[in-house]
Amino acid sequence: MTRPVISLDAVEKNYQLGAVTVPALAGVSLAIGRGDYVAVIGASGSGKSTLMNIVGCLDLPSRGRYRLDGTDVAGLDAWELAEIRNRKIGFVFQSFNLIPRTTALHNVELPLVYAGLRARLRRRRAVAALEAVGLAHRLGHHPAQMSGGEQQRVAVARAIVTNPAIILADEPTGNLDSSSSADIMAIFGSLNASGRTVILITHDLDVAAHAHRIVQLRDGRIIGDHRQAPHAAVQPLPMVAAQAGGLP
Amino acid sequence: MIAVESIRIALRGIISSPLRSALTMLGLMIGVGSVILLVAVGNGSSVAVQRQLEALGTDTLTITASGSVAAGPGGQAQTGTVSRYTQLTLADARALENHANAPDVAAVAPVVSGQVTITYQGSSASVQQFTGSTPAYLRVLNYTVAIGRGFSAGDVTAHRRVVVLGSAVAAPLFGATQPVGKQVRVNGVSYVVVGVLASKGSNGAQNQDDVAIAPITVVQDTLTGYGPLSAILVQAASRAQVSAAQSEVSQVLTAAHHLPAGSQPDFQVLDAASLVAASVAANRVFTILLGAVAAISLLVGGIGVMNIMLVTVTERTREIGIRKAIGAQRTDILSQFLVEAVLLAAVGGAVGVTAGIGGSHFRVVGVQPVVEPLSVLLAFGVAVTVGLFFGIYPANRAASLPPIEALRHE
Repeated sequence: MTRPVISLDAVEKNYQLGAVTVPALAGVSLAIGRGDYVAVIGASGSGKSTLMNIVGCLDLPSRGRYRLDGTDVAGLDAWELAEIRNRKIGFVFQSFNLIPRTTALHNVELPLVYAGLRARLRRRRAVAALEAVGLAHRLGHHPAQMSGGEQQRVAVARAIVTNPAIILADEPTGNLDSSSSADIMAIFGSLNASGRTVILITHDLDVAAHAHRIVQLRDGRIIGDHRQAPHAAVQPLPMVAAQAGGLP
Repeated sequence: MIAVESIRIALRGIISSPLRSALTMLGLMIGVGSVILLVAVGNGSSVAVQRQLEALGTDTLTITASGSVAAGPGGQAQTGTVSRYTQLTLADARALENHANAPDVAAVAPVVSGQVTITYQGSSASVQQFTGSTPAYLRVLNYTVAIGRGFSAGDVTAHRRVVVLGSAVAAPLFGATQPVGKQVRVNGVSYVVVGVLASKGSNGAQNQDDVAIAPITVVQDTLTGYGPLSAILVQAASRAQVSAAQSEVSQVLTAAHHLPAGSQPDFQVLDAASLVAASVAANRVFTILLGAVAAISLLVGGIGVMNIMLVTVTERTREIGIRKAIGAQRTDILSQFLVEAVLLAAVGGAVGVTAGIGGSHFRVVGVQPVVEPLSVLLAFGVAVTVGLFFGIYPANRAASLPPIEALRHE
């Protein structure tokens, strides 16, 4: 395995609820290699969402070290964290989290807006990302005009449009019917096949079965970690980037 | 992020809740509109008064009795047989006509006036100002005779019942008939029309054509009696000699009224220029007060903007979380909401400018408003500044939201 893209070292996260300190992560050490496809499973309250927030640089660990691509995130300021979220990580949420009353195209363009790309380039890349998830015909639709499966595909397009190294998905199929779930899982499979690191957080074992490695959490600790498929070799062939060129 | 983008995102935010945005703008719209309109009304009344006074002619002095009985120096009681002149008389006018005493005075017109009804063969006209004076009156007030002639000094001394009509009086009485030489009845007394004045139009407050002028002697005979004059109009030889004429008038009248030296005069000499200046100053205060009242509504509109922006931020907390998750910087969120607040204020202000200027085309309580360009700039500028100021707090609140908490917000 090459240098891990994600490396957690005895990470703890405590939440302060009034006077009580609630531990959400109680010492998690985990290394994820580039191009791996990992499912993090566990019951609700096991700390998997907290883990995702920390891996996704939305939150910082209370203790321990998290290195993303070799960089310790504890030393980064809010500006740099936002930049990491923008360029290195693509989020897919259970509830899609699209901006309401805004077209699919503009939703997908948004990360590129914050990256400072010019309008023409942005549009080209957003269209390419929507084509990649099979929504080339829904560019001008608002989230409310689309089915759950379509909304989630827009969210996936938004996650991959900046060509990030890591896709972080939190229960991506939690609100979808089985056929839409299958579509989304197929997209994750092909994203991983094209070289992206995919981290899937789920409590659904059928969904987790698509991953190559399953990490099991309980009460903020890793209680199981097994590989069910070989870690694919790193293939430097990101789909969207090949179509539209990398970020500046 | 590029500035154009934050404007585009903010516009999308405004359009996404049109009713709320419109109501927010309404506050500032009313504020800006009322500042512009009320200042225009104040300005308009100032212009009207100014025009009225300038119609007197800037080389004209108006003398009126001040009505105060002069007290001697040190407030001592007046004794003896000194009679008190507290009114203006024809003798005063004659004294002023004496060129040796008042070399800078070119013309003197004693004035008596009253309100009358003039009738001619069944048609009648009510005249606000029926003036008795001397031929100098027409010259002092820049009236010209369009048809016939003015009355002469001979008419005055001979007590001839002749009258010169303003055009607005002649028209309803005579219609197409030639008025000169016809006999009219002024409050029942017959006069012969000798001339009709050329139209001077309105001076803003008063129709200067709604007049009739007759020799002072006959007006006293038939209408006002031989009491005091209403006023004496004095024309200075030139505009430059107005102040010299003013002091000569004061001296002559002080002497004629036998006022002790240093006592307060019992008359007022007002020149049109200082009347204009005084009325402009008074109107300025009036205008500023009107503007200040309207400015308060601007402030209230600004608070409305803040209120709505706070609601918007709360309502869009989740959206803010999403934006932060996909890489929006603090400054991106800050500018999005700040631009939204300023845009609301600017659009509301622009509509208010249009409404204010549009409203200024109509007469308001008898005043034709005159838009003051500075008030337009100021009101619009203040509206935008108010939007900016009251947008800062909500925008900052949005930008400071921690991303995960914002994302969890339902």
